[in-house]
Formats: sequence, structure tokens, C-alpha cells
Amino acid sequence: MKLKGAEILLHCLQEEDVDTIFGYPGGAVLPIYDALYNSNIRHILARHEQGAGHAADGYARATGKVGVCLATSGPGATNLVTAITTAYMDSIPLVCFTGQVGTSLIGRDAFQEADITGITLPITKHNYLVERTEDLRDIIKEAFYIARTNRPGPVVIDLPKDVMDNEIDFEPNGKKEVNIKGYRVMKGYNAGQIINAVEMIKQAKRPVIYAGGGVVASEAADELRELAEKRHIPVTMTLMGLGAYPGNKPLSLGMLGMHGTRYANYAVSECDLLIAIGARFDDRVTSKIETFAPKAKIIHIDVDAAEIGKNVSVNVPIVGQVKEVLQAINAKIDGVNEGHHKEWLETVERWKDEYPLRYASDPEGRLMPQHIIEKIYELTNGEAIIATEVGQNQMWAAHYYKLKEPRTLLTSGGLGTMGYGFPAAIGAKVAHPDKPVIDIAGDGSIQMNIQELAVAVEYKLPVIICILNNHFLGMVRQWQGLFYEGRYSYTDMSHQPDFVKLAEAYGAMGIRIKEYAEVEPAIRKALASTDKPVVLDFWVAREADVYPMVPSGSSLFDMLGGD
Amino acid sequence: MARVNRHILAVTVENRPGVLTRVTTLFRRRGYNIESLAVGTTEIPSISRMTIEVEGDDQIIEQVTKQLYKLVDVIKIVDITEERSVDRELVLIKVKADTNVRAEIVQIVEIFRARIVDIGRNTLIIEATGDSGKISAIEDSLKPFGIVELVRTGKIAMVRGATRP
Repeated sequence: MKLKGAEILLHCLQEEDVDTIFGYPGGAVLPIYDALYNSNIRHILARHEQGAGHAADGYARATGKVGVCLATSGPGATNLVTAITTAYMDSIPLVCFTGQVGTSLIGRDAFQEADITGITLPITKHNYLVERTEDLRDIIKEAFYIARTNRPGPVVIDLPKDVMDNEIDFEPNGKKEVNIKGYRVMKGYNAGQIINAVEMIKQAKRPVIYAGGGVVASEAADELRELAEKRHIPVTMTLMGLGAYPGNKPLSLGMLGMHGTRYANYAVSECDLLIAIGARFDDRVTSKIETFAPKAKIIHIDVDAAEIGKNVSVNVPIVGQVKEVLQAINAKIDGVNEGHHKEWLETVERWKDEYPLRYASDPEGRLMPQHIIEKIYELTNGEAIIATEVGQNQMWAAHYYKLKEPRTLLTSGGLGTMGYGFPAAIGAKVAHPDKPVIDIAGDGSIQMNIQELAVAVEYKLPVIICILNNHFLGMVRQWQGLFYEGRYSYTDMSHQPDFVKLAEAYGAMGIRIKEYAEVEPAIRKALASTDKPVVLDFWVAREADVYPMVPSGSSLFDMLGGD
Repeated sequence: MARVNRHILAVTVENRPGVLTRVTTLFRRRGYNIESLAVGTTEIPSISRMTIEVEGDDQIIEQVTKQLYKLVDVIKIVDITEERSVDRELVLIKVKADTNVRAEIVQIVEIFRARIVDIGRNTLIIEATGDSGKISAIEDSLKPFGIVELVRTGKIAMVRGATRP
């Protein structure tokens, strides 16, 4: 049968089980939008391409499926760049379609032409410029395969307008298997290293598991839990790993690193065996690398061989799918009773008792941001999907919302993208309409993609935006206070819109909260909204800081605050 | 300190537009330095071969190799530094050569088994192939006469015997 490129594109999306895409129209993608006009694929209209990209990312994180977004050529494509980089840094599977000028115009600086495959070279797992309509199906198939397998990541497909317009003979049932010479899905592992790892775990007297986003990506939370619980090994998680092990369980140490808990950082610093699973020894985790886990032997499990030995040298490297490797280890190791390394567990418990996460109250009696997160945790029973922006809001969410399940935290860990959380929350809400989805925001970052309120209103998505409004770019202000003699250079955000009126202008609900007594009723009211988004504008203590923290360049055990 | 060595990587890649950019972008982005690079097609038209010379300690070379492997268009990488291999470079040198030094230059050319490929009024172009040491030696020998222009191809290399990378 004869089909246009754009129709083939949509057919191929359905072959990949894509039912929802996030996008924004424009000249070069007119043929695609024309095909979408009477398609079964649900298209969510963003208000900025960056919003579409982050929404696809949030959808992917919340479901484990590949997120799909669509933008026009030139500025549409370049507006996706931050979203693509965000997904790349956090290994999130995305396929991003960009329009392109016609093939005869490429390279001539045509209207709305940008070299998006060139621009996205270092921020994608792979990218394609489709030059012939005949190549479309194979490329789309490859792109989805590459995006979701091994270490996931974003793939860009650039679609010239004529390639979408051309009509060719197309066999709808002619689906083929993917075969890429230079790309194989990782299978198996080095059996000898599994034995070494098992032996090391048996010998360990003070073991700690350090779990990262790879556990979530590999859907290996159950296997992680089995290992931790049958050997009574405390588990600390990176920001990307939160939820991989339930944060409310006794073995959980919460997050480690620069804003980790004291007990997690102490445990890593004192342990004799560190089991790193799907984590990459990032500088926000290790801080001063020379003194990271100084007493430990290290087992490092990762699907990406390039991560092993990149930042630290390890004793037992295991390259493989995290889930498969953990299954192999679990099969070879017996459970022990709680007395197995009693002293170590007691030490860890003592640190937990001595240095819990805590905060003082504000001298002027203003709301403490940490209290708000605790309330949200309580009122949602820890079962909401939490998105965050970047900065203090993100760290407080990581500290006080003790996630129980993987894929319930949407946060820009690697790139640290302000403006990520709200569109990501929209993507998650589209995927999970029955779950509460809450974006923990700051007054700075929420203004970076606030236009997406129109999307949440249009599609009746009751996402809750919880602004911890301190009228500052809080995290930068905190550093200025600590390391730049309190010179608050351009971090004062007192000039800001009235967020309640702004919400209402978009057709959303807005509530301002200044008193403790108003906190719970406001959150309850927001959770009860079934058809419109709610902006909760909490006016919080202006100069609350995130503690504890490791100043950059210091060792993990040299922490400020929280003692 | 780990020992810094020069390594020769034989990299088999898909013969597609943009593959060279992908490889060089990776080197730039990760801060590795390419000492020399030669690219050409192989006996299979859809596959190209890059010979990349890179300097670094073992850890850097390991990272370079692993990162290269992550490129979808990279099919295979072999570090042939340690293997018994033949490596060659080609150089063209335009050297000042008026009549009273020509004989001397011709003698140098013969010693190095190089060739004169162009004779101008006051210059000669000399072509030489060999390993890097030989190329540098001929360059040094011709320097006193005055080198007008010099261009080297970068190294290409192949493992001896029946093995293929």
C-alpha cells in the first residue's frame, strides 16, 4: 500500500506501542501534524518544546517505557536541547523527533534550519538524519531499541519535510528484527567475578550497598531488596536511586553524598565492603574522591563497562544487566540471621539515633520547608509520585519524602535542570492519572516552565505544584552565605508574580499558605482536586538551609550541620 | 604515576557520514588528545578503518576504548600497540635545493630509500614512507637545507600474520 512518510512514522510508533507523544507544531512538521489529525496516538500539546521534552522524560521515568516528543526544525529542535541533555545525564530512554527543512535545502541556512544532529552529538546515545522515506522504518526501530536497552538514553531522529511528504510502497506487516553491527544488548556476566563478589560479601564485616539509578533502570528493586534483607546490609542510595529500596525500612540509610545523611556518609566512610550497583561514583556522591570509602573493598556492578574504573578503581568489576547480576549473586548466597554483623548494624543504628535529619524552627515563626514535605509525606502515605525542581527544594524532597517504590521520584540528578519538575510531573500524570503527582518546586525554578500550567489545565491533569517560596534562589544563596561572606549577589527573588493569581489566570487553583495551621488543609484540598492543577504557594522561612552538607572538596565524613 | 605511552588503536567503523565527527567529538568532549588519525575504506565498502594514535596511561587508554565502543557506529577496536604489527606513515617534504646542494640531497634521499617526485627551479618534493622514527630522521636530515612545506599522513598500521583486528 502507498503511504506518506508521516503516516509511516505514526505506523512505526504504534509498532513500538507508543500511545502518547508530547509535542509542539511548526512549519517543518506540518506533514506529521496532518497525519496526527486523525490518528489514534494521543498528542499532548506543550507550551514550549522544553516542556514537551521534560514531559516525555517524566513519562519515561514514571513508566519505564520510552518517552516520545516531537518538535519542529530550528528553534523547536534547539529548545529540546536542555531536555535531551537532562535525559542523557540521567540515562532516561527518549526518542525525540525533530522536523528538518527539505533535503534539498539542508546546508543552505534555510529558514528555521539548525544542524540538530550535529548539535546533539555529544548529548544523545545516538542520532539519525533520515534522508530517504524508505529508511524510516528501520531507523525508528533501531532508535527505540537503542534508547531502551543496555544503559538507556535519548535518541534523536531528524526528519526532513520532504521525507515526511514522500509517498512510497509500504508493507504494514513487514516488521523486521533489529540488527546493528556495532551494538549488542548485554547478556550474561563474568561468572568468576560473581563468585568473587559472593565470597567478598560473605567475608564482609561492615558491608554497605550503594545503589544508583541503574537499579531503577534495570527494574531490579526486588533483587536489591532480596540481597540487602537476606544479608542484613544497610542500603544507601544516590538521588537517582531513591525508591530502589524503600526509604522507610530500617536498613535504608537514605541518600549519600554532598547532601546525604550523616549516617549514610559515615557508613560509607567506615564500611569494609561497598557494593556499588548501577551507580557511577559521581562527584556529588564521592566528594573528595581520594578519601571516598577509604576502608572498603569495592564491588561495582554496571551495564556500562565505561563506568567501571572511570572515577575509582574497584576490586570486583561486574559488567552486566543489574537485574541479571543480582539474581546470580542472590542464587549463590545464603541468608544469615540478624546477628551476623551485629556490631556493624548497631553502629549504624547509633549514628541514626545520634544524627537524624532534623531542622530548627524559624525565629520569626515562618513555615519551615522541611515540615511541608513531611506533611505531604504523611498525607499521601508516602505513595505519591514526586517530581522536583533543582536546588533546596530538591534536596528537602530527597530528605523528607521517604520513597517506597522505584519510579516515584522524577528529578534531574545529573544535569540539575531548573524547570524540569513541573513538565515531568505532567508527563507522569498522563501515564498515571490515578496517582497523586506532586512537583516540589522553588519560587525560582517554577518560573522556568510555568507556561506548562496551560497544558495541565487543558488536559485536566490535577498535578500539584508545591512552591517552597523563600523569595530567593535558595541553594545559591545558601552557598553565598557559607562561602562568599553572605554577599547575596542577584539571588534575591522578591520580585515575583503573585503565584495564586497566576494559577487562576491559567484556570488552575491557587492557594497561598503562610501559617502552620493552614498547611494540612491546603494539601488536603489540593489532593482532592480531580480536574485541575493546584498551585500551593507556601511562604517559608527565607533563609532556611539544607543540612547536613559536605562542602565541595571535603571528605564525606567532614560534614556541616545536622549534628 | 602511571606510565604514559603512545597507543595505536585500529578502529573498525560503519562507513557513514558523520562517523568521523562522532569519534573526534568524543575525544574532544572527554579531553583526550589524538596524536594522529588516518581514515580510509577497507576491503568491505560499507566499513571504514580508522587508525588512531593516542597518548595516555593505561587508565586513559581503557576509558578511550570503552567510550569508543559505546558509539553505535563503532564495530570493533583493537589496541595493536603491543602486537607484532607494521606501521607506516607517508610524508611529502618540499625542500630548498639550489644547484650546489642538490647532489647532497639526492644522496640523503637514496639513503632513506625515499623518492624525488617533483623538481622545481629551487625546490624538490621528496616522498618518503616508513615508521615514525624514519620519517622524523629524514625530516631532521633535510632541515638544514630549509624545509618549505611538509605534510604527514598520520599513521596506518596492521597486525602481522594471519590475524585480523
